[in-house]
Order: sequence, then structure tokens, then C-alpha cells
Amino acid sequence: MSLARKLVVIVITLAALLGLNYLFEYGFGDFQINPYYARIINLIGINITLAVSLNLINGLAGQFSIGHAGFMAVGGYTATYLTVYHGRQIASFFGSGITDPLGSSVVMIPSLFAGAVAAALAGLLVGIPSLRLKGDYLAIVTLGFSEIIRVIILNIPAVGGATGFTDAIPITNFFWIFAMAVLTIVVTHNIALSTFGRALFAIRSDEIAAEAMGINTTRYKVMAFVISASLAGVAGGLSGQLFANPLNPQNLNFVKSIEVVVMIVLGGIGSITGAVLGATTLTILPEALRTFDQQFPGLRMVIYALLLILLMIFRPQGLLGRRELSLAWLRLSKKGQAR
Amino acid sequence: MDTFLQQFINGLSLGAIYALIALGYTMVYGVLRLINFAHGDVYMLGAFAGYYLANALNMDANPSVLGTIAVTMGAMAICGLIGMLIERLAYRPVRRHSRLTSLITAIGVSLLLEYGGQVVFGATPRFFPQMIRSQTYSLGGVQITNQALMIIVVAVLLMFGLQFIVHHTKIGKAMRAVSFNLPVARLMGINTDFVIAFTFALGSALAAVGGVLVALSIPRIDPLMGLMTGLKAFVAAVLGGIGNIPGAMLGGMLIGLMETWISATAYSTFRDAVAFAVLILILLLRPAGILGTSVTEKV
Amino acid sequence: MKLHRFVFLAVACVPAFIAGCERRPGTSEQSATGDILVGMYGSLTGDGASFGQSSVEGAQLGVEEINNAGGLLGGRKIRLLVEDDQSRPEEASNAVTKMITQDKVVAVLGEVASRRTLAAAPVSQKYRIPMITPASTNERVTQVGDYVFRVCFIDPFQGEVLAKFAYNDLKARKIAVLRDVSQDYSTGLTDAVQKTFTSLGGHVLDPVSYSTGDADFRAILTQVRAQKPDVIFATGYYPEAAIIVRQARELGMTMPILGGDGWVGDALKNGREALKNTFISNHYSGDNPDPVVQNFRKAYRAKFNREPDSIAALGYDAAKVLADSITRAAGTDGPTLRAAIAAADVAGVTGRLKMNASRNVDKPAVVQELQFVNGDVKYVYRTTISPN
Repeated sequence: MSLARKLVVIVITLAALLGLNYLFEYGFGDFQINPYYARIINLIGINITLAVSLNLINGLAGQFSIGHAGFMAVGGYTATYLTVYHGRQIASFFGSGITDPLGSSVVMIPSLFAGAVAAALAGLLVGIPSLRLKGDYLAIVTLGFSEIIRVIILNIPAVGGATGFTDAIPITNFFWIFAMAVLTIVVTHNIALSTFGRALFAIRSDEIAAEAMGINTTRYKVMAFVISASLAGVAGGLSGQLFANPLNPQNLNFVKSIEVVVMIVLGGIGSITGAVLGATTLTILPEALRTFDQQFPGLRMVIYALLLILLMIFRPQGLLGRRELSLAWLRLSKKGQAR
Repeated sequence: MDTFLQQFINGLSLGAIYALIALGYTMVYGVLRLINFAHGDVYMLGAFAGYYLANALNMDANPSVLGTIAVTMGAMAICGLIGMLIERLAYRPVRRHSRLTSLITAIGVSLLLEYGGQVVFGATPRFFPQMIRSQTYSLGGVQITNQALMIIVVAVLLMFGLQFIVHHTKIGKAMRAVSFNLPVARLMGINTDFVIAFTFALGSALAAVGGVLVALSIPRIDPLMGLMTGLKAFVAAVLGGIGNIPGAMLGGMLIGLMETWISATAYSTFRDAVAFAVLILILLLRPAGILGTSVTEKV
Repeated sequence: MKLHRFVFLAVACVPAFIAGCERRPGTSEQSATGDILVGMYGSLTGDGASFGQSSVEGAQLGVEEINNAGGLLGGRKIRLLVEDDQSRPEEASNAVTKMITQDKVVAVLGEVASRRTLAAAPVSQKYRIPMITPASTNERVTQVGDYVFRVCFIDPFQGEVLAKFAYNDLKARKIAVLRDVSQDYSTGLTDAVQKTFTSLGGHVLDPVSYSTGDADFRAILTQVRAQKPDVIFATGYYPEAAIIVRQARELGMTMPILGGDGWVGDALKNGREALKNTFISNHYSGDNPDPVVQNFRKAYRAKFNREPDSIAALGYDAAKVLADSITRAAGTDGPTLRAAIAAADVAGVTGRLKMNASRNVDKPAVVQELQFVNGDVKYVYRTTISPN
């Protein structure tokens, strides 16, 4: 694709997102989106970013991390911290209030960037030592790491400790959420098609053979880890600054990490569109089961768990396997896979 | 000095709890190379089985040692059965798939037991009947309850019992063979499905003993009680060398002592992080654990 | 290549189109006839389940009484819509958003735990639907905005009560505090106790910390024991409090142990005989001969077959304040109802519920002594301490 066409695609995407964002916030004439649906859609967008980024480690590189909530926490708290303690200065530097469209945008960019960098550093910190480990051990180390992060956050009063970061300023909106979701998808997709991606697929297929072929497996794994972590950090930054959705150490625990894992497992480990599909389904499903929940509190989570087990038994490759959905909706191409 | 000794005793009695659960973890991992995430939840089920059995026998009003043994046996039988069921219904169908699939299934079973537990038992913590009245022994300013003492003694006994089963019985030999190489074990005429089912039954029965004894000592039981304790017990198993039975004991005791020690300092809120920090360190420095032996990967 | 990119974009945006649009609602789309829909969110599952269940049961009883007495606004019945938040703050926000924008409730009752109320309260504020929390005692809850009210006292007052009781009635001069750092309720109460007790001239040892879900407190208690305090405060919730009390007694610590209203919960009876010589501050005393209290106890026992705790009493009071306000507002739209709640002055089970300017109620707290009788906890009235 030529540079000009790339630009056109980018401009069209941004325009579409801005248009939708306007529709979300102000409605269209007499019509407006139901705020509850709007909230769910926003949560879907955040979960897409989370799931697609986790897919980079668990799907493309074939490693197994169950500590994504830890990276989300590092990025989310850093981003929110920046906005809460420096956001107003940044906005006023541009002559705007923090909740105005301009002000919130100029704050959002450094905020998300800081979140991404902090999470990437955390990814590096965990990645370098622990990616020498494999399979179950790696899983348990990532889990342990995210628990450590949680305990540390609990002990920092400046970010709300146990109460959660309730001082957060709600500057996240539809545009930022879906711009980041699209960015995550594009980044992951391009990685899959690059040399880097090929190396990851080789590692996924057979790590020892890959190493024998001269691939620096640790380096590639750590890179995947760092990129994945930084994107999770962005998702955290978006989530923590969404209206009435404060970050809370209790939310960013083991269960949250597992939720993201289930999303990519449902969609198909290794498939980007699968991760999108999984994130969408598993954000809507618990909400759809709410009415059910009124008669039997807790039952929807039981269904969730059963679904996971049944999926593993009857379709361990997930709904899409490693395939991607393409424009020809009914035809499943094999684009995402190593050829 | 009193305080130090007391903390040491506190650490041992906490460590014995982890050790008791770690024994089951380590055995299942040793045979199947599967982190049975649901193990902590089977421990929870053991506590609830004990709760219902003890209430059926009205043990709270008539405490007795004999009754306690009966209740524990009952809980062991129930959990052994549940363990076999879990293996048959959830783990066996995915055994031929990748280890990752097994791990995700294990997580699913764990979630199912936790949330199913909340639906069936209710999420509110329950009060565990006092089947043996609590008694505090005091020795020169150092206190220990009979229940905490019992946990330590039972954990040590079970460790020896398990060691005997694995190393000196026929089924133990079969378990070791399956652990060494499952397909070859099958070719040698070992009924591997039976061996694995037996391993799960034994591991789950051990978890049940842990559940009942811990609930006696700390009588709060709820459907989520196995989550953290289970994870830490797993860490204990890895620390000691996963698959190694005395290692589980050692790992449990070490985690218990370390947590107690950190609690006694100003950093007590970091206690939950300690186990995991230790885990990361041990995996980096000595991935096979303290007593484990490392295995070179076959190419 | 580019086709795929468009597909990705399309997939990402599909949800937006699925949801579609709806007709922009007017300022008050609540119908003027039919049932009055009231939302309630609570922790029916998860680690705070006991609170959620009690508060919902209390509110259900209150609503039932109102409906049996002929309803409100000329015979309209109240219908209580209950949502579970799994003890998770994010779920609390989702549930409240759904109830307000989807189900169009006229008001929201809940939560008990402050952190979940703090997460969900901005939603109420944004859509101008009043929220009354039965039992969130953290000071910041009603500071979210003018649509958020509560019917309980606040942590600083509770801490004051406990500190005064320890100093004046128990003659304590040196106290140790055990706080649950994973609960803002506990840290808030700890700060308040420390402040008041120090200002009275007493000495407060450095607070010792634990987290919700811990089951072994022997290590921290051994440290506390070495410092020989006169009184111990355990400012967390009941599941841990019961174990703390037990393990303290096992370690030979016989001094009084004090706690806040968070101790009220069924699992407290795990403390058994160790509960001797423990005291709590509470919203309500079942021993109170006031007919309002005794009728409530009788009705609650008849309906749910157990003794109501103070959280249930507060849930009941929250429902009663709301009903009274709807009657006075003679309507159910947000701003009118808000103004009516702000002017509420109702004789509740937990005392006189008169809203002050900060949307809190100034009411006295009772201090109760706990006893373990016939397998259950008995709350014995000791004294009442009023706000100055």
C-alpha cells in the first residue's frame, strides 16, 4: 500500500471515530445512544485492546501469561496519576479546561504515553528474567508478579490505596478507546506479518528448533512481552479514566487476568479477530445474563466457568482457531497463520 | 525472646497449613505435570463437607476425637470422589491436547468450584463447628493451641505416609512410572487412567484433611477460602521442588515462617507479596526448587 | 491487505451499530402511573455478601410494608429492582448505569461498602437520580455530589465514639490498632480513632496492618502483645474480626477489643467465647424499647427468620426515607425528589434521620458489649454517645 493510500485510510478511520464519538456524546437530532449501551460499548473497546495485546504473548508467541491485570494496573495508575496531579496544568497551558474537548485530548496523549512507557518497563522487568522459563512456570510467575503489583498499589495512599483511584478525572471517551483498539489491532497485525512475527511463530511451533535456526528466542519473547505490556498499560489508562470506573486494586487481581485469558481462548488463541470477537462476546455476555442473575445471584459466573471448561473439551482452539475473519464473512481465510 | 519463639511457633503452624495443601499439589503435578488450580478449591470443598457432616452429627454440642476422625474420613471420601469426577469429566478429555489447554481447564474448574460454591453454599462465611474444643498450651510465655499442634503433627504424618505410598507400594511404583513417561507406562501394561484417577483421589483426600483441620483451627469457611491459600500452597510446592513430597513440607514451612516474619515488621501489608516474590526468586536461581532435581529437556 | 484493515475496523465498530440509537428521553420519562421502580445494588455474592444480603432484606421489608399500607402517590406500589455487583466496584457502576438509564428507576439504594458507593455515585450524580446509601460510612461518599445521601453516621464520628469510650469508660491510656489496609472503611476509622484518642491525651501505638481474606493474625498479634496495650482496636470487618478476637485470646491477650459497625455480621459468631470483653459502636440497638425498633425486629424475624443486624436496619431506614420523600415530593422526577430527600426528617429504626447540609444524618451511636450466648452473638447495650 502506498504512503498516500495509507494516509487516506488513517484519515478516514479517524474521521469515522470522531463522527461516532460525536454521536455518542451529543446524539443525532432527536436520537441518542442509550448511556448503558454506550458504557458497554466503551468497555468492549477497552477489552479489545486488552485481549488483542495479550494475544501477542499468548497467541503469536505461544507463551502463557496470566498476569495481564498487573500491566494494566501499572499503566493505568501511571496514566491516571499524571492526569490527576498534572492534567490541569497541561490543559491550562493550552488555554483549556481539563474536561473540554481540547483540554482532555492534550492531556490524554501524554497520560496514555506515560502509562504505556511505565507498563513497558514493567514488562521488561518481568520479561527478562522470567521468559527464560516455560509454560506453567511462566504462567505462575506472571500471576505472582501481578499479585505483587496489586499489593504495592494497595500501599500507596496517593493513588487511593484500597478505595481505588476515585480522584480520576473522566477524560476517556469513545474516540480514544476505539482509536487505541484500532491501533492495537494494526500493531499486532503488522507484527504478525513482519520478520518479528515470523520469529514468534517459529518460537510458538518449536522453541528449541527456532533457537537452533539462529533465532534469539529470549530477545523476541521479551520484545513481545514489552509491546504487549505497554498496550495493556494503555488499556489501563483508558479504563481508569472512564467515567465512574475508577481503578481499584481489588479489580486488578487474578480474576481480571483470567477474564482476559478467557477472551482470547474463546476467540481462538493466535487469532486477532478472534480476540476481538472474544472480548466483545465476553463483555456483553455477563451484562446480558444480568436479568438471569436477579433470580439466582452468582449463577452467571458459574455459566462463565462452565463455558470455559466445555470450550476446552470440545473446541480447545477457540471459535476461530488461528484463523482470521475476513471481508468474505462466511469464508474463513488463514491469513494470520505462518505460511 | 518470648516474642521470637512465639513468632517461630506461629510461623510453623501457618506453614503446616500450606504444607498440608502443598502435598496434594505436588503429587498431582509430579504425576501429570498439571498445575491443578482447582486443588485449593477442593480444599474448600473439604472444609464444607466437614461442615455439613459435623452438623449432621451435631458435633458442636458433643465434641469428640472419634467423631472428628469420622468426619475427616467422610470429608476425605467425598473429596476423593469429587477429585476423581473432576479428573474424569474435565481433565481426562483434554489430556491429549496441549498442556496449555489443561491449564486453562484447571482454571475453569477452579472458577466453577468457587462460583458454584457461592451459589450452593452461599457467599457468606460460615462458622465451622468446634468438634474438638480449643485448648491453649502455654510453655514459658509461648502459646500454642491443640488445633494448631494437630495440624503440624498430621502434616508430618501425612508426609511420611505419602512418601511410603509413592516409594514402597505397587501403585506408587505405577505412579512414578506414569510420571516418568505416560505413553511408555501404558505400553508396559500399566492402567494409566486408573493410576491418574487414584492420584487425583489421593490428592483430593489430602486436601480434605487440610480443609477440615484448618477449619477447626480457624473456623471461618467460605467458598473463596481456597483461592489465596491454594496459590500460596502451590508456591510452597514449587519452592520445595515440585513433585517432591518432603520438599512440599519444607516449602510450606518456609513460606509460613517468612510470612510470619514479614508480618511482624512494619511491612505487614506486603505479606501477600512475599510468597510470590520468593517464587520468582527461586525460579530464577534454582528453578527445580530446593529439593528438586532439574531435568534436561529432550530434543 | 487493506481489505483486512477495513475488516478490523469494521469489527471494532460493529458493536456501536448493533446498539443503535433510541429516542432522546425527555427530562422525566417516568410514567405518572403504575409501579414506582426503585433500584438497589448490593454485594449479593463475593467477599461482602453478608452486607449486601442484609441491606437488601432490610429494604425489601421496608418496601413491603409501604406497599401493604397502600403504596405511595395515590396507591402506586414500589417495585424494588435488585442488582448484584459481586462485591466489585466496576460492577457496581455498571449495575447503577443500567438501572438508571435502562430500567429508568426513580432512585437508587445502596451500597454498603464505601468503595463501591464511591465508584457508582458519580453515575447517580450525572443523571440526576438520587442515591441513598444505607451504610457507607466513609466521609467522601456524600461529597461526590448533591444527589448522594446516606442514613448512617460517618467514620470520623464513629472513631470519636470508640476512642471516647475506650478513654472514658474503659480507662485505657495506651491502645493498639489493627487496620485492614484493603478496606477504606477500616483505614478511615483507624485515622479517626487515632486522632481522637491522641487529642484526649492517650497514646496510640503504630497501627498494625492486615488485608481482607487473611486468616492468620498470630504474627501481628504477637507483636502487639509485646507492647502491652490496654485496649486493642480492630477496625476491619466481621470475618477477620472474629478470627482476630479468637487468636488474640489464644495468645493469652485478655484486654478489651473494640471495633466499629463493620463487625456486625453473621460470621462474627466464629469468635465464640473469645468475644467476651469486646465492644463495638453500632447504628442501632435491638434492645431499644422504642416501638419502631421492636416492630421492625418482629416483622423482620417473621419474614426472614433471623434477628436483623444493623445493616438490615439501615437498609430498612433507607427505604423508609425514600418513601417518605416521594410522598412529600408528590412526584418522582430527580430534582424534586432530591430536594425532598434533602429535607427528610424521619423517625427511623436507627434513630432520627434528619438530613443535614452535607447530606449526612447527625444521629447518636450506641456502644454495645458482645456476648456469646447459646451459639449466637448477643449485642448488649452499654451506652449512647451523641455527636456534639
